[in-house]
This record gives sequence, structure tokens and C-alpha cells, in this order.
Amino acid sequence: MNGPPMNSVDPLLSVRDFRLEFDTFDGVYQAIDGVSFDVAPGESIGIVGETGCGKSVTARSIMGLLPSPPARVRGGQILFDGEDMLTVGEERLRQIRGNDIAMIFQDPMTYLNPVFTIGTQLVDVILAQQRAKPRAERMTRRDARDHAVEMLRKVNLPNPERQLENYPYQLSGGMRQRVLIAMALSGRPKLLIADEPTTALDVTIQAQILDLIDELRADFGLSVVMITHDLGVVASVCDRVVVMYAGQIVEDASVARLFDHPAHPYTRGLLASVPHPGRPATSLSGIPGSLPNLLDPPSGCRFHGRCALAGDDCLQPPPNTVLAERHKVACWRAMEGAGAVD
Amino acid sequence: MLRFTLKRAVLMVFMLLGLLAITFTISHIAPSDPAALAAGPDANVEMIERYRVEYGLDRPVYEQFVVYLGRLLTGNWGKSIHTTRMVWDDLLAYFPNTVELVLFSILIAIAIGVPLGVIAAVYQNRPVDHMIRILTVTGVAMPMFWLGLMAQLYFALYLEWFPLGGRIEMMTDPPRDITHLLMVDALLQGQFSTFVEALHHIVLPAVALCFPALASIIRVNRAEMLETLNQDYIVNARAQGLSTFRIVAVYALKNAMLPTMAIIGLRFGWMLGGTVLVETVFDWPGIGLYAVQAAISSDFEPIMGATIVLGFFFMMTNFLIDIIYGVLDPRVRDQV
Repeated sequence: MNGPPMNSVDPLLSVRDFRLEFDTFDGVYQAIDGVSFDVAPGESIGIVGETGCGKSVTARSIMGLLPSPPARVRGGQILFDGEDMLTVGEERLRQIRGNDIAMIFQDPMTYLNPVFTIGTQLVDVILAQQRAKPRAERMTRRDARDHAVEMLRKVNLPNPERQLENYPYQLSGGMRQRVLIAMALSGRPKLLIADEPTTALDVTIQAQILDLIDELRADFGLSVVMITHDLGVVASVCDRVVVMYAGQIVEDASVARLFDHPAHPYTRGLLASVPHPGRPATSLSGIPGSLPNLLDPPSGCRFHGRCALAGDDCLQPPPNTVLAERHKVACWRAMEGAGAVD
Repeated sequence: MLRFTLKRAVLMVFMLLGLLAITFTISHIAPSDPAALAAGPDANVEMIERYRVEYGLDRPVYEQFVVYLGRLLTGNWGKSIHTTRMVWDDLLAYFPNTVELVLFSILIAIAIGVPLGVIAAVYQNRPVDHMIRILTVTGVAMPMFWLGLMAQLYFALYLEWFPLGGRIEMMTDPPRDITHLLMVDALLQGQFSTFVEALHHIVLPAVALCFPALASIIRVNRAEMLETLNQDYIVNARAQGLSTFRIVAVYALKNAMLPTMAIIGLRFGWMLGGTVLVETVFDWPGIGLYAVQAAISSDFEPIMGATIVLGFFFMMTNFLIDIIYGVLDPRVRDQV
């Protein structure tokens, strides 16, 4: 979707026609096929889709975290503040990580090193950020420790000084995720990528972590890319949603617009499969079938095999249609679909 | 950590008692009748009985065991027939040489093996990895004594870089015994030329001895590093902008060192009891040579003595490894 920019502000992050594939023993797995989206400064977007649709791969590509081989970039650009993350090189990427873009992950249980204290890991990360700065502005180890305590306080961890001496296994899942958030935000990044940050947590803790991210977002002026399969998460923290299916973006809309006027049949399927207190459980419907095999992706619209509205024209690549100012969809049946819900 | 250490120490006392029970049992099974043996082939029943009473062999078994323990504790480990000296004195003369050789050897194996394991893992399936693999396969497959002979031939006889064998030169006065470790004693007494000479002598046998341990350290460390480098916390460390060196050498290696420590401890224990070939080739006055000579001449007391000392040091090694485990991994430490 190489449309005109959606707002007048220059985007902080601009992913343009990004293509990536993996070499596997069975052949080439076309994980990402022509993904484009923008994130404005201070904006929070959600990337939603089923497991395997390419949302995590997209997130890790932004940080340059995918090992190559097996991953191979086939084209496109990932522009962050005007720099193409795909070509800046590992040295520059390392400076950008932590300082400009930070990331938190799905399972806080496994993303902290089990044999180092929280303090050691936090201080290490803070000290690593200093290398991108001129010598005079760098923090000393003592400053870094104070900063670590301050960050733990910011994420509402009780007894921050004491927590520095603790090992990860002495903390609960929610507390660990707070530590990881403190770690990610310690370099005051402009963009936070959150890869399913609440999936592994209890429901009550989920809400706390989402509130925290929302609060810190305002506090730090952060842009957020929230990767999730949970539309509830999107509704509570995102301004805009990108819906991915089988390595492609099928719909891109503001949250309000997407929930009220979902245009793509897949999006509507997703919305219909979310349990809702006001509706009886019998009205809950799944989407029949499963993700297509991306070793040999279907021609045309990748969703046509599971789509109730599919016809012969769906074997051709679908057009990108701008339905409203902040609403784009890639579907032959978009207008009919949107009309049917309206 | 203190509780953890104490608990391990108490466990070790029990294991030691077990070891002594085993050696005691063996000494009671063979030879068939020590009293008859001591009395000689021409002795009559009366004389044999007198020996039996004299050696306390008529007492109940548990009483004999207590007497046996008492004897060991007071340093009376019996007498060697083939050296005609007290076993305790022999062990004190030979065993420290072996300890020195094995310590030096395992240090070489660690110093080379751990970095090579890390490098092999980081450059998995690249040429460097393949070259290291050749080294590990060779290390496992090559017989130590052959390696020792070849090293003697090339480095001692042809290049003349190192002496052929022995602990120090015949003419050198060894330092006074303090720790019984010759190199340490030499250093403690400021005899640097003796120290250098001893160092010169230890290199070839230590290198020959280290190969199997080196090979297994590399293999285990490589495998553990590969697994560790795939962990989520490594992805997180990269995402936070840590340098590759710090991630590999600190964040991953400390995790990978846990299983590697286990193999180091095991190998060290095996090496203590498996030095005889290298000691023979390099004429190294160690316990392996001593024990084998005792075994050949059916000299019973030295064999028992060597067994106890080796067993004890094997346990000590495992004890130390447990402690290091506790230091490296907070979860192990707090599990007690």
C-alpha cells in the first residue's frame, strides 16, 4: 500500500513494500510479502493477526533481530527517522537499539537472563546505551545504577533498590515484564515495539501492564507498535490498527473505524470471533480453515480459500482501496463488505 | 551459600565413609586369609590362630572396621612390599606430582577448550567450526601414549625445546616440602630457576594428557553455547543494544558454563586416576606409576592407599564443582 501519507507529519517509522523470506529445508517460505505502514510520532498502532501471519517477523525486522540466514530480505525499506534499518549495518543498528527503538517480548519468564541479577542486567543495558553518546555525556556505573532504580520506580515496581539484587526467578511474571519495560525504556527511545507483551500474563496483570504502557507512552512521548492477536488489547491502547494475514496487510484503519466499519472479510471474521459480554456465546464464530502454506502461497488474494465472498476475480491480486481518510483495505469485495455492515 | 556448602560437605563425609567401607570390604575378600598369608606356608593351625589374634582378625567385623578407620586416621596406611617404605610416605612422595601434572593439564584444557567451544558455536558450520571439530575428534580418538611419544620425538629429541621426561633434572636440589607440590614449593621458597625447570618438564606430559579432556570440554561447551545463544534472553539482550562480545562472552557463556563445569570436574577426576600411560612415557614419578607397579607385584597396601586417595580427591573435585555450580547459578544455590 504505497498510498500518500495519512497525516501531514513525517512518519517516525515507515515500512515500505517490505518483503522477507526464510530458507527452509522444504523450500522458500514467503513470510512477508509487500508490507507497508507508517507510524507517526506519538502514535500507537496495533498489528493484529493469527499466529504465523508475520506480525512478529515484521517487528523483529524493524530491529534487525532476525538471523540471516535463514531470513532473507527480498526488498523494500524500513525507514526510521529517515534511516533505512535494512542497510545501516550492525554497528549503527546496535546504537539504535535501546536508544531509539526498544522492544519488549511475549514471555517475561524467558527474556531475562536467569544467572544475573536484575540490577546487573539493567545497568549493563544502560551502560551499553552510553556508547552512542559523546564521551562527556556518558553515565558512570553509579549514575547507571541510580537510573536503573529510577526506571524501576517508573514502572511501579515496589522496593526498586532491593529488586536490583534479585534474580529473575525471584520475581513474578508481571514484575518481570515491568523490569523488561524498565529496561526497554531506560534509553528514552522514540519507538517501543511490544510483541504480545501481555499474552503470557494473568488477566488482571495484563490490564496493569497495558495501563502502564499507556501511561509511559504519554510520559515519554512514545510511539508504540503493539503486536497482538487480541483485539481487546488493540481497543485499549492503540490509535490505529493494521490487520495482517499470511504475510500481507489486508486492512489499515483507525481503531474506531475498524471496529465500526470493518471492510475486509478477514477483519470481520476476527471481530466476530471475539467473545463479547453483550452477545450470546452462540453468535461467536470462527474463521473456517487455516493459514495457507507460505512455501507455496495462493495466487491473488491470500485469503480467498477461506473467504465466503470469494469469486473468480479473487485469484488476481486485490486492489488497495482507500475507503476513508484513515482507512485502507486490500480486497475485491471491500465495498460490498463495508456496505453490508453499515 | 553457606548452608549450601555445609550441606554438600556433610554429604561428602557420608560418601567418604562409603568409599572406606568398600576398600575395607575388598581387603577382607582378598587375599583369602591374611592371617595364613602372614604366617607363611609352613605355619601350623596354632601359629595361624596366633597371627589372627595379633592382627585382631578374630574380632567382629564392625570392630575391625573401626580399628581400620583409626589406623587410617593416624596415618598408618600399612607398608609397601616393593618400595619397603610406609604407604603414607610413598603416597606423599608420588601423589602430589600427579596432582600437579593433572592440575596443569586441566588448566590447559580449560584455557584452550572453553574459548574454542565458544568460537565453534558462534561460527557454527563455518570453516573455523570444522577445523575445531577435527581437533576434537582427534583428541578423543588419539591414544595418549602415542601422542606423548610423538611429542617426545619432535619437541624433545628433534627440536630440543623440552626435556624428554622426569620431574626435574637429576642434579637439581628439589625445594623443601611445604605443600608437596614441587612447583608451588619452589615458588614459595623463591627458587625461580627450579620453578622454571619444573615448568619446562611439565609441559609435554601435561599437553599429552590434556587432549581427551580438551576435546570433551570443547564439544560440551560448543553444544551448550549453541543452545544458550538460541534462548529468548539472548534475543532480548540484542534488542537492548548490548554488544555481541558481551552477549557471547558474558550473558551466554555464564549459562553455558554450568554443564561445562560438570564435564571439567568429571574429566579431572578421571585424569587423576588415568595418568599411568603418560607417567610411563615421560618417566613422571606419579601415583599412576606407583599404583600399577604395586598391582603388578601384588603389593596390597599401596593399592588400597592409592584407591582411597584417588577416591577422596574425586569426591573433593565433585564437591568443588558443586560449589562452583552454586556460585554460577543462583537457582541451585537457593534450592537447598
